Amino acid sequence: MVKSLKQVNVYLLLLPALVLLLVFTHYPAVATLIDSFMSTPKGGRSAVFIGAENYLVMIDDPVFWRSLINNLWFAAVTIPISVALSLVMALWVNNKLAGTWFLRTSFFLPTILPMIAVANIWIFFYTPGYGLINQLLQTFGFSSRNWLGDPSLALGAVIVVAIWKQSGFFMIFYLAALQSLSPSYREAADIEGASSWYFFRRIQWPLLMPTTIFVLINAVIDAFRMVDHIFVMTHGGPDNASSVLLYYLYEIGFKFWDQGYASALTVVLMGALAVIGLVQFFALDRKAHY
Amino acid sequence: MKRLIKSLTALSASLVLSAGLSVNAFAKTEVSFYFPIAVGGPITKIIDQYAADFNKENPDFNVTPVYAGTYQETIVKVLTAHKAGKPPAAGILLSTDTFTLVDEDAIVPVDNFVKTDADRAWLKSFFPAFMLNGQISDKTWGVPFQRSTVVLFWNKEAFKSVGLDPDKPPQNWQETVDMGRRLTKVDGNGNVSRWGIQVPSSGFPYWLFQGFSTQNDAILANQQGNQVKFDDPNVIGALQYWVDLSRAYNIQPPGVVEWGTTPRDFMEGKVAMIWTTTGNLTNIRSNAKFDFGVAMLPEGKRRGSPTGGGNFFIFKKTSAAEQEGAFKFAKWLTQPERAAQWSIDTGYVAVSPAAYDTPALKKYAADFPAAIVARDQLLFAVAEFSTHDNQRVTKALNDALQAALTGAKSPETAMKDAQAEATRLLRSYR
Repeated sequence: MVKSLKQVNVYLLLLPALVLLLVFTHYPAVATLIDSFMSTPKGGRSAVFIGAENYLVMIDDPVFWRSLINNLWFAAVTIPISVALSLVMALWVNNKLAGTWFLRTSFFLPTILPMIAVANIWIFFYTPGYGLINQLLQTFGFSSRNWLGDPSLALGAVIVVAIWKQSGFFMIFYLAALQSLSPSYREAADIEGASSWYFFRRIQWPLLMPTTIFVLINAVIDAFRMVDHIFVMTHGGPDNASSVLLYYLYEIGFKFWDQGYASALTVVLMGALAVIGLVQFFALDRKAHY
Repeated sequence: MKRLIKSLTALSASLVLSAGLSVNAFAKTEVSFYFPIAVGGPITKIIDQYAADFNKENPDFNVTPVYAGTYQETIVKVLTAHKAGKPPAAGILLSTDTFTLVDEDAIVPVDNFVKTDADRAWLKSFFPAFMLNGQISDKTWGVPFQRSTVVLFWNKEAFKSVGLDPDKPPQNWQETVDMGRRLTKVDGNGNVSRWGIQVPSSGFPYWLFQGFSTQNDAILANQQGNQVKFDDPNVIGALQYWVDLSRAYNIQPPGVVEWGTTPRDFMEGKVAMIWTTTGNLTNIRSNAKFDFGVAMLPEGKRRGSPTGGGNFFIFKKTSAAEQEGAFKFAKWLTQPERAAQWSIDTGYVAVSPAAYDTPALKKYAADFPAAIVARDQLLFAVAEFSTHDNQRVTKALNDALQAALTGAKSPETAMKDAQAEATRLLRSYR
């Protein structure tokens, strides 16, 4: 009796969170799944069941494939580089050097700035002719490039902004983890005469594994979620060269108002993220020492 | 006792008064009005002032302006609200979204409210070129409010420095090329320090392209909005010319040229001539450190430029009183004096010929003749490209233009691909 009362109590306490989760996460997910098998309601016509047609359209849609491939490139480049960079930065500012606070602040600064503002600044960095990057190139005798207007460079250009934006954020997690490591490891390593590289490889890196998993999962999600700067910098152009899944999804949903097809795209994106997340979680979790 | 009575009277008086006030407030019809901002300047302040003035003159209505972001953000908000059954009474949206709004059954024709002769005269008072996008199947769905068109800006000092007459901008396609060649400056390393011309092609290249295609005597879409002519030889020829400015004549930066930085490129002297919206007039005027001119776009087989900008729409799922208020507000906003002041403050083209006859705009134009160029070009202006399923068809066109400009496809292949895609998208509207 007392035990079941306790159970009720527990559920009552969980109730607010559960309700929010159901209303804002689970219900929309299920509704999206249902909508993805329906046609798009327009004006007087209401939605009707059309089976897998939205998915068949997707298979035939070259822009979808282009956005998917772009997104995979975006992920394949941003994830390892930003994680590696954040780790290097964290190791660097973890030392007690003069001016560490300045370095920490400057590394973290991009994270605080709103992405739209950042993108508007980067547009001018990339501007052909007088943009910062092209001026540097020209000083060293290279010719100016049209970074955002050339299909072979545009995706790379938006990837650089993404890395610049998120590395500092990940650095904070690594820094926090490094700071919490007991100094006795370092002392022991010093007594044993271990090199810094050995110390990092055998002691710091394994102990940072839980942080790495956390950062990796976030990096993967971000790779599919960071699109704000694409709106400002390239609009997915030129000719879809920098379009990624979420950007394309927005276009379908809120520019073309094609609710059915947008739902199908959402389902694919959600499914992909869920699979990646689970695999990551279970595969990497075993390697972590908590 | 006496004091008590006195205070009671005062109390009841104030009660009656406040009750009267609240009755009054209750009788007012709330008219919500969504507007976007697409150009620089204190737009929100101006619009808020308009609403306050209107409310003072029309005690029956209370117009509440809501700044809703960019055009794209505004239509997202309006259509989402419409689908939820609670749209605003009025709003400013792109004139090209008319088909979308009609297909979504979101707006009512303005004709519904035109009852008196004065109303009819008002509806006829606008520049005909600005009415085109709002008229579908013999009905007028939106009235022009903040409208623009594409014009050419040229740097007079750059012209002088290469021995060109600073007061003579290029009049036709050939002169553009000849002058552009002289204006393009290449340094010893082969770096271009100044380009001849720049026609931006990021984001919405179709709009600028309509300048070329109209000048080459082609109309991209029919008035019913269910058929496009992307593979017309004149359209392909127009695109070939645009591509050649970069690839054959080397007077325009290669690849896709950013819309947002183009005015800046011009003000920095990195390009001698640009095509951009009249909406940039005020911005360039206050920031350019050199003497510049504004001209009509050069002539091909004919002159031509698209119109652009936003129309005033009245939404369907609102009460008759709200719609009436919205209609009144639309009329009020577009009165000649107000349209003239709006044009001076923002750089938008005033929407009616009468506005250009007002003392305010006449004085402004005498001071700054560039303000008149856009009006004169309206004679040659065409409707902005718009079809059913508008943004999707437009994307097909945009992708094709960018593919050609970046050299991924030949102009002919690009436009034929876009034609096939657009025809497929529009088949259900035929």
